Amino acid sequence: MSLVNPLARARGHGSAKEGVHHWYAQRASAILLVFLVGWLVYSMFRLAGTGHAEAVEFVSNPINAALLVVLLVSLFYHAMLGLQVVIEDYVHQPAVGVVLLLLTRAGAYIGMAIGIIPVLKLAIGA
Amino acid sequence: MKAKQRPLSPFMIGPYYRPQLNSIMSITHRATGVFLSVVSAPLLLWWISAVSNGPETYAAFLVFMGGWIGELTLLGCLFSLSFHSLNGVRHLIWDTGRALDLRSADVLGWVVLAGTVVSTAILMGLLL
Repeated sequence: MSLVNPLARARGHGSAKEGVHHWYAQRASAILLVFLVGWLVYSMFRLAGTGHAEAVEFVSNPINAALLVVLLVSLFYHAMLGLQVVIEDYVHQPAVGVVLLLLTRAGAYIGMAIGIIPVLKLAIGA
Repeated sequence: MKAKQRPLSPFMIGPYYRPQLNSIMSITHRATGVFLSVVSAPLLLWWISAVSNGPETYAAFLVFMGGWIGELTLLGCLFSLSFHSLNGVRHLIWDTGRALDLRSADVLGWVVLAGTVVSTAILMGLLL
């Protein structure tokens, strides 16, 4: 799935040769997260004070599981893009920066996987 | 050949600029973003794993969250989430080309700060 609209793809290329992709993706994921995180906080508030059975019931619900998967993907994607900018701005040794950028990317994808697999396990009932 | 000494743009935080609302909120946006990435997101993963792992792991998670380290972490998460979300919306408004003049930027800044305090207090009260 690409978050870039065709117009941006056609005319976005500036000196960095990547156009507005990063800028656009950061904002597209931000708008998605406003709603998803709002839903998550509301759900956590409803679950607070209850036990394990209620939490399992919540995650097992197919709609909740689907929303959790979309949330995990957009959350770690948004975090990855944000940490990338922080590293690019404040880390001045190129070698350290490259390593941190790779770790950030790896961490984001590992985070998605670590979150999504238990959700699917509960939702599908394995 | 020695590079010619060009004047450098002064960094906005330091002795060259008077501290101002917008620059402080900008760096706070980044700091809360980093906190959400390295503390809150892993906490969410821990919760999901605990749910899937079974009642004992889940009970251990709840014991941690009920202790003072857990509550302090939760406070940090709720503050960061409130600030980053509200200030993020402020940025999204700017991205449409609106409210870019100094007065609007300042007014929205104070709205975000007040909203952060209220939101953090309400959420902390609800979840404790």
